[in-house]
Amino acid sequence: MINRECGVFQTTYRGDMALYPVPLAKASYGLLLLVLLALPLAADSHKMAIINLIGLASVGAIGLNILTGYTGQVSLGHGAFMMVGSYTAAILSARYGMPFWIGLPAGGAVAAAVGAFFGIPSLRIKGLYLAIATLAAQFIIEWCINHITWIGGGAQSSIYVPTPTFFGWEINNEYRRYFLVLPVCVLAYVAAQNLVRSRVGRAFIAIRDRDVAAEIIGVDIFKYKLLSFAVSSFYAGVAGALWTYYLKIANYEHFILSTSISYLAMIIIGGLGSVLGSVFGAVFITLLPIVLVYVVEGIARLFGFTYFTIADFLANLRLIIYGGLIILFLAIEPEGLYRMWGSIKRYFRLWPFSY
Amino acid sequence: MRPKGWVAVLVVAAFVLGPSGAADAKHPIKIGGQCDRTGATKLIGVELCPGVTDYIRLVNKKGGVLGHPLEYTEVEHEYRVDRGVEAYERLKRDGVIATLDYGTPIVYALSPRHMEDKIPAITPGFGRADSLDGEVWPYIFSMAASYWSQVGGAMQYIKDNGAKKGAKIAYLYFDNPAGREGIPIIERIAKKEGYQLRHFAVPSPGLEMGPQVIDITRRLKADWVVAHLFGRSPSVSVKEFQKAGFPLNRVISLVWGAGEADAEAAGWDQSQGYLGLQFAAVGRDLPVIKEIIQMYKDEGKEAPKYVGGVYYNRGVLIGAILTEGVRLGLQNFGEPLSGEKVKKGYESMKNFSLGGFLPPMTVTPQDHEGGGWVRIYQVKGKEWVPVTEWIRGYREEVIKLVNEANKKK
Repeated sequence: MINRECGVFQTTYRGDMALYPVPLAKASYGLLLLVLLALPLAADSHKMAIINLIGLASVGAIGLNILTGYTGQVSLGHGAFMMVGSYTAAILSARYGMPFWIGLPAGGAVAAAVGAFFGIPSLRIKGLYLAIATLAAQFIIEWCINHITWIGGGAQSSIYVPTPTFFGWEINNEYRRYFLVLPVCVLAYVAAQNLVRSRVGRAFIAIRDRDVAAEIIGVDIFKYKLLSFAVSSFYAGVAGALWTYYLKIANYEHFILSTSISYLAMIIIGGLGSVLGSVFGAVFITLLPIVLVYVVEGIARLFGFTYFTIADFLANLRLIIYGGLIILFLAIEPEGLYRMWGSIKRYFRLWPFSY
Repeated sequence: MRPKGWVAVLVVAAFVLGPSGAADAKHPIKIGGQCDRTGATKLIGVELCPGVTDYIRLVNKKGGVLGHPLEYTEVEHEYRVDRGVEAYERLKRDGVIATLDYGTPIVYALSPRHMEDKIPAITPGFGRADSLDGEVWPYIFSMAASYWSQVGGAMQYIKDNGAKKGAKIAYLYFDNPAGREGIPIIERIAKKEGYQLRHFAVPSPGLEMGPQVIDITRRLKADWVVAHLFGRSPSVSVKEFQKAGFPLNRVISLVWGAGEADAEAAGWDQSQGYLGLQFAAVGRDLPVIKEIIQMYKDEGKEAPKYVGGVYYNRGVLIGAILTEGVRLGLQNFGEPLSGEKVKKGYESMKNFSLGGFLPPMTVTPQDHEGGGWVRIYQVKGKEWVPVTEWIRGYREEVIKLVNEANKKK
């Protein structure tokens, strides 16, 4: 985050390996947390809804980044693992009356098991071939939810859940839903930051960079690839369960193939192999279309048109700008927004006395 | 949002500083809706959404609703759930008191929010068949025949045209929740009438239907087909049935397979006789459509080609129902208008038909569907022409199924 590291010299290994090696970093993270906690005071319920959607997307994107960015396994089945979490939570809450704080980890756990199972082909195939194998997961899971009545709950394949409550506190508006989403997000973020600098995280990175070399230096590929699938799917499952409690319905149509692809887009634009980058990507992909709605309406007004006379044109103009911006960002910085952020930080490293 | 704050300051200042005539003009009433002019089902959106806005423009031209102009906001959502949530929250922030919710998965996702916020949503042709029951879903108004009522109407037509006990019926459906929604009701009707029924699922994206059609025409030797398909797939089904030599006047499509685009994609010549269900009248020879065409003329413009088409007219239906709900809410319950009053306005709708454009819609606190009327149309020449009056069938069965579905929850 925002901190200046000049003048900080570590004298112990412990200090060097700390999550926040710079004293100011701790303060800036603390400040960020305060800002996040105070956010509902400043935002109306529409802005809270956008922030919540970003939060929901962040959890899923961090999960996919662990698998694709850190371990190098491309997955097109992320949406399906979200589906698993979503329906697990819905079944537990709607049929067995479990509270959301059991539904969330349970959704994650079941998704982790399913994800690890569909990760087995990754031991034999790589790259594009693996992508197609995970694509199969997307379709198989979708089919099962659609056709097994016990899971989908009948023809409509959707399950309503009661309003989640936290010790009698009903989570029934955007502000309260924010305090459902925020803790999960913060936990997911901190856990991922810690995971990737641990022994496990280093093993993931070794597999990504060259799996044969990783095996030679003693990384158990079988174990760590499956672990990566399981951890990533756990995140997906939690994100899916969070969606269920956020919308109060589990419906597989929120997690179709295009969802999986938009999560891939998030981590590619945000930065592969970066937890903060996943959050940047989630913000970018969620926020940009919404901001562009206002931008094109502004453009129309600038040229003296009312919205309805050129609505079709504006809708498509928005898509063109959206696509163009994605290409532009990737062309300027192929390594993503995280790298861009890093460059900005480096520029200010010794500012204003840079040499 | 800063400019808005300034506007508010200016408005307040205007009121405080000058005794102006502004108080005479009645304040606008805000309503809103979602639309998908891009995304998966844009072919419907680009014709349906102008129908909504044209009708509202017409209302405003004619002096608004009891003197109040309508202010309609449309938010594009690309048929995506997260964008639909954002769109709804934006409309809510802007203070709308009635919305159109667009798209089955989005209606599913937004239904709980409408209950929380007490803003009534209309969902014609989308949404859940079981939301017909206004006591369970007080703020969701399907306001047009649900899939269950559509199947009821189609089966009634089949019966009226000579289906006897033992007749073979095929239900050809798109394999998604909306497509499967028809299964429970058609099974029940078939059992009641002693028909032989078989289902044929068409997996997404539904562009390949050869095996199902051969199964229907050669093995089952079906007498009638009820088709419930979306997007490009209805035209594929028409082509395949035509190729197999099956008489198209025995294929009845539910509402989303009965547009001009479907017949055009299959070829008008090839789809002669194809039957389709409508919940709003089709064509330009209708009083309200004539008024809209006149409005375009007065503006010195030619009415676009899609005016009077199937999807455009459904958009007009949506605009008309929104307007009527607001009007009844204002008339019966007075100012200031709120979501709850519009809800009660909808529920006091009686025999609203807009000069034959709509079925005689009567909405009650229990029945949020408006009666579940449909009308069967047929492809003749290069247009859809009606072959029946407004009909409904097996109403008791539909209501019974709705009650059972709601009790299960």
